[in-house]
Amino acid sequence: MISNNNILNKMELKFSALSINESFARASVSGFCLQLNPSLDELTDIKTAVSEAVTNSIVHAYPNESGEILINVTLCKNQATIEIIDFGVGIKNLEEAKKPFFTTKPDQERSGMGFTVMESFMDKVEVFNNKEGGLKVVLIKNIKEQSVKKVADEII
Amino acid sequence: MEIKYRNYNNILYVMLDGELDEHTAKFTSKKLDEIFFSTISKQIIIDLSQMKFMDSTGIGVLIGRYKKMKDRGVSIFISNPSYHAEKIFKLTGLYEIMPKIS
Repeated sequence: MISNNNILNKMELKFSALSINESFARASVSGFCLQLNPSLDELTDIKTAVSEAVTNSIVHAYPNESGEILINVTLCKNQATIEIIDFGVGIKNLEEAKKPFFTTKPDQERSGMGFTVMESFMDKVEVFNNKEGGLKVVLIKNIKEQSVKKVADEII
Repeated sequence: MEIKYRNYNNILYVMLDGELDEHTAKFTSKKLDEIFFSTISKQIIIDLSQMKFMDSTGIGVLIGRYKKMKDRGVSIFISNPSYHAEKIFKLTGLYEIMPKIS
């Protein structure tokens, strides 16, 4: 858990689980994380991991109904914590789902690499089935301190 | 997603311009199939220099096209991937079936 004292800023975002919202979701989260002064690489890592988690919820969470996705972002010094939550069917076997190339929809040309990409682009990834139903993915990204002084020194 | 292409000396050059995710995957696959199947060439080069974003959905799209073209004896190559696209390609071993060319 993040201690309240360390929180610099937070936001939440709720939207319909529609694929048209994917670019909106990743752009919004990465835009908010800009406050931590990340490098372009770190920012693209966040964008990609968010896109993976949101895509999972859009594709798998609501097979028979429309639903919503909630994103909570918490910024601490040098760290962004991003929760992607849906209220759908969850994942029966989480360990299996996290394996590379595992997909329940091979006929749809799906790579099954979503969790693998999240894990390799983030510093920490946690996945839970919510008690009340649905899935919660927690992505944690450490943002390296950009040494302004060092850059300034180099210029001088 | 905007897709431009030209056929030159039996090599088909295809350029993807835009974002490749779940939302654009179906259109991109369909459009690529149309272009690939209407062109006679033994080699296809997919230029990713103008691709603004890609997640693992893009891997599904590319592997799907590879499977279809493999049966016709056509090889596909990747050109100019972004740093992040390359990270995903290396993670998934895509270059083993679609080598990178410069």
